[in-house]
Amino acid sequence: MSKFQKKAKASQDIPTAALPDIIFMLLFFFMVTTVLRETDMLVSQKLPRATQLSKLEKKSLVSHLYIGTPKQTNLYGNEPKIQANDVLIEPKDLVLWVNKEKDKLDEAERDQITISLKIDEEAKMGIVSDVQQQLREANARKIMYAAPEKLDEDS
Amino acid sequence: MARSSRRGKNEINAGSMADIAFLLLIFFLVTTTFPNDRGILFTLPPKPDPNQPPPDVTKNQRNIFKILVNSNDQLLVEDEPVRNVDAIKDQVKEFVLNNGRNPNMSDSPEEAVVSFKTDRGSSYEIFIDVLDQLDAAYNEMYGERVGMTGDKFRELRNTVKKSPEQRRLYDKARGKENGKVTFPKNISIAEPSNVGG
Repeated sequence: MSKFQKKAKASQDIPTAALPDIIFMLLFFFMVTTVLRETDMLVSQKLPRATQLSKLEKKSLVSHLYIGTPKQTNLYGNEPKIQANDVLIEPKDLVLWVNKEKDKLDEAERDQITISLKIDEEAKMGIVSDVQQQLREANARKIMYAAPEKLDEDS
Repeated sequence: MARSSRRGKNEINAGSMADIAFLLLIFFLVTTTFPNDRGILFTLPPKPDPNQPPPDVTKNQRNIFKILVNSNDQLLVEDEPVRNVDAIKDQVKEFVLNNGRNPNMSDSPEEAVVSFKTDRGSSYEIFIDVLDQLDAAYNEMYGERVGMTGDKFRELRNTVKKSPEQRRLYDKARGKENGKVTFPKNISIAEPSNVGG
């Protein structure tokens, strides 16, 4: 017995001096990758899934539009609404909004503006096509229907 | 000088550094949303010129592949009701690659148009499902022309600006000669009808 006890005298604690460094590395990773959401979502969304997805090349050219049922139904009702930046807008205001977004870009890139449409799958085509008509009117013709990758199980 | 003589604890206690870092780490873990900017790209047609009358549609009926969706999300493809959305892809491929053989299908890929019309009451979900199928059909056809799978061609389309070799392949797939695309992707999204249907 005594033999074993003597052996156990060797130092048993794990050196934790490097622990903060490891944690800091993780921390920096997340700090760098984090994109803080710049807009508050006023509409709830569940995007439909699709398979034929493309990535957008230049993030600076992209403006987002969100369509879905408002979260505060007592204020805005149950019908799907359009959200641009931080406010809910009507389809007729879209041309103005597109022009404002275009003004943020360089002169040379204005007609390359891409509108990313994040639309709830429950939304009806009526409002979607109203938006499309307005975007045509505003000459912002490159659009992207945002959709996550379709999972295999249901195909 | 006096300090060095004071032997003993002279360093900052760094034991809680890990805890502080952990707190920050957890904050960023919780707030992180990985940007997921992916989706189906589509280009809208230019707005109609008010000074010019709308162009006469002189297309032969055989060159138009009609997809209709009603407000109950039921599909009508080439005047036949269809249950399964996935069947559209193969139908479109057969239609476009017909090259005049079947008198009910397109003359040539250049002439073929896929017309997709929804109702105002159709759901966005079915719209994306069908659009996805149409995109898949064209990607596969383009891919076959340059010996790729549809998925590979989709990747090529994303990176086409990066090298002339990819540009050449891309143009070959779309049959681009002298600035004219002989295998265009003609997908027309008609304005939805107002009837409930």
